[in-house]
Amino acid sequence: MNVLAFLIPISVGLGLLGLGGFVWTLRARQYDDPDGDRMRILDERWDEAPKEDESRL
Amino acid sequence: MTMACAACAALPDDAARAAAPAAADLVLHLPDIHCAACIASVEETLGHLPGVRDARVNLSLKRAMVATDGSVGTDTLVDALAARGHRAQPLDTGVLSGRSGPGRDLLVRIGVAGFAMMNVMLLSVAVWSGAADHTAQLFHLISAAIALPAVAFAGRPFFASALGALSGGRLNMDVPISLAIVLSAAVSLAGALNGVERAGWFDAALALTFFLLVGRYLDHAGRQAARSAAADLAAMEVPQAVRVENGREHVVRAATLVAGDVVRIRAGDRVPADGLVTEGESELDRAILTGESAPVAAAPGTEVGAGEINLSGPLLVRVVRAGADTGLRRLADLVAAAETQRSAFSGIADRAARIYAPLVHILGAAALVAWWVGTGDGWRALDVAISVLVITCPCALGLAVPAVSTVTTARLFRLGLLVKSRTALERLAAVDTVVFDKTGTLTTGRAVLRETPDAPTLALAAGLAQGSSHPLSRALVAATETRGIAPAIVTDLRERAGHGVEGRFEGRSVRLGRPGWVETGAQDGGVLLDTGTARHRFTFDEELRPDAADCVAALQEAGYGVELLSGDAEPAVARMAGRLGIETFSARVTPETKAEHLQRLAEAGHLTLMVGDGLNDTGALAVAHASLAPSSALDAARNAADVVLLADRMAPVAQMLRHARRARARMRQNIWLAVGYNAISVPVALAGLATPLIAALAMSTSSLTVTLNAMRGRA
Repeated sequence: MNVLAFLIPISVGLGLLGLGGFVWTLRARQYDDPDGDRMRILDERWDEAPKEDESRL
Repeated sequence: MTMACAACAALPDDAARAAAPAAADLVLHLPDIHCAACIASVEETLGHLPGVRDARVNLSLKRAMVATDGSVGTDTLVDALAARGHRAQPLDTGVLSGRSGPGRDLLVRIGVAGFAMMNVMLLSVAVWSGAADHTAQLFHLISAAIALPAVAFAGRPFFASALGALSGGRLNMDVPISLAIVLSAAVSLAGALNGVERAGWFDAALALTFFLLVGRYLDHAGRQAARSAAADLAAMEVPQAVRVENGREHVVRAATLVAGDVVRIRAGDRVPADGLVTEGESELDRAILTGESAPVAAAPGTEVGAGEINLSGPLLVRVVRAGADTGLRRLADLVAAAETQRSAFSGIADRAARIYAPLVHILGAAALVAWWVGTGDGWRALDVAISVLVITCPCALGLAVPAVSTVTTARLFRLGLLVKSRTALERLAAVDTVVFDKTGTLTTGRAVLRETPDAPTLALAAGLAQGSSHPLSRALVAATETRGIAPAIVTDLRERAGHGVEGRFEGRSVRLGRPGWVETGAQDGGVLLDTGTARHRFTFDEELRPDAADCVAALQEAGYGVELLSGDAEPAVARMAGRLGIETFSARVTPETKAEHLQRLAEAGHLTLMVGDGLNDTGALAVAHASLAPSSALDAARNAADVVLLADRMAPVAQMLRHARRARARMRQNIWLAVGYNAISVPVALAGLATPLIAALAMSTSSLTVTLNAMRGRA
């Protein structure tokens, strides 16, 4: 059962990673404008190069 | 350089928060945007203006957040957008502040509870599939390490509300919820520490927290769209005033006026504060305060009240009462008080909770005592009691009502209706009589010429009317346009504010205006035209909203009683009722008689929906079961109403009532579904057969069932 010593931290770690990801999306305000984000996929203004100030759209 | 929203994605949270106020210093409302091309075009247009550092569109809120270096005003932005074909209105950022707090907080808690729930469930799988002895204890201890902090954090909204209720000596739904969560976590922890061979309840505690948080979030999100649109309405028209100081004019916010200030009120403006006219003559529209649509003359010495509309000439007014002291605000406060009375209405969910909460406690306690006495095993008895608490806990009940109201509110929002109050849907569903307050609800507020005079007379009247912006003058000009008559050329046009217009036509002196001014001793009513040789009287009707008659017909067809109350004179009201097909109407209604009338209706067992935009209806509003205001109403009236009608049409009213009835039926269905689940699972739990696995399954399936039932069917 020594394998548990690895598996449990890994499983909890992966879970924490997921939670961290969720909190990041929240802070990145990805839930503020669901309608807009759905439309912005069709936007081709920055297809060639990202916007200068490196902000994400 | 930072963007309004997107840049914060790359920034740590503190930096984002620090950047936020500077980032969106101007906010525009964009009512028409709907696609990717709109977003791109608006952002490009704004981004290329000098002085604009960044612009970002939020399509969900239909707003553009613009970061500037302080050198551009909203007017420049609006003009630039108008040139590209986008309608835009500036929003007052002060009024908009403080948004999105609780929603995000709930999302974080949902995330934490969800993460912990999944991990603990995975660990439980090992226990359920046969791990024993130290392995089982290890799993339990790890579960405890994950679950306890998670429950402590995620369950805080429930604990806080339960404590609040208990300290007030009441029981609410959150008391059994908190009890179940805390007890199950504590007992499982004790079991894990002692290494007792018993099932742990950590996953149940977490699942309970998770599902209930989802219900709470739905409840919140459902009204978020409506609330932000209502905030838009309020932010769009912050009342302003032109203050005259040492002969110079400043535009200031009406809220900053103090007694003694002198303000200039142009024709067409709303009076910003209570005061006395010191200069100028005009007519005032007091409909919003008194319900009387006939204009009142104003001259030096006349008292004016905030909210009235100046119709013809400019006025100088010395402010007597401003801000919170105005009659308008006092009325608004009365309306707000009436509103709180109504919000004491308890919805289906509250009533269910009132029966349910004590029942859960009694069942749990009974199970504990019975099993303790029966078996003499305290731990076993506690286990059974917890399983009863967990299973009866109202996951489904907590979701049953919010899920339905969220779905219905969203549908109504698409129809142009903002549902603002939490229990509005249920109250709307109970309504059986619709009472229209005529001014501004069934009519557009514009006047139309009633009769069809011969062409030369009308042409002359319109020629004179062109010199004035009075509503009746505009109606005369509009009448010539629809009949294709060219207005006569009148020379020496002079407007006599508060009286009428005079000029010269074919060498004769001609006048158009108040009957008493045109001809001494003439009867009041309409306007009188003096052609120099003859007199001609024009009378007017209020213009009906295009679909007002259809709306009334639809309501009557659906079995609602429809009534019309108005402060206007009998013949005008009777004519309007006739055009709309309304049989029950009352004219010359004062606010007092209006309230009495509604009181009589209530005593006869009718529940009324009051459709009105006036603030003079406080008493009536308090008696009415639900209220609806058009978006053209004053801010205070909109705040007080349960529902705000955004569209310029009345048709959604009938649809709204239909949706409300369906929503109430769905809520009841959902509650019975939830009760049904409990009827099956509670005996199982009482018999001591419920394992944490069964509890988890029962909770999830009943929550899913009610959510799916809420979303079933189309608008």
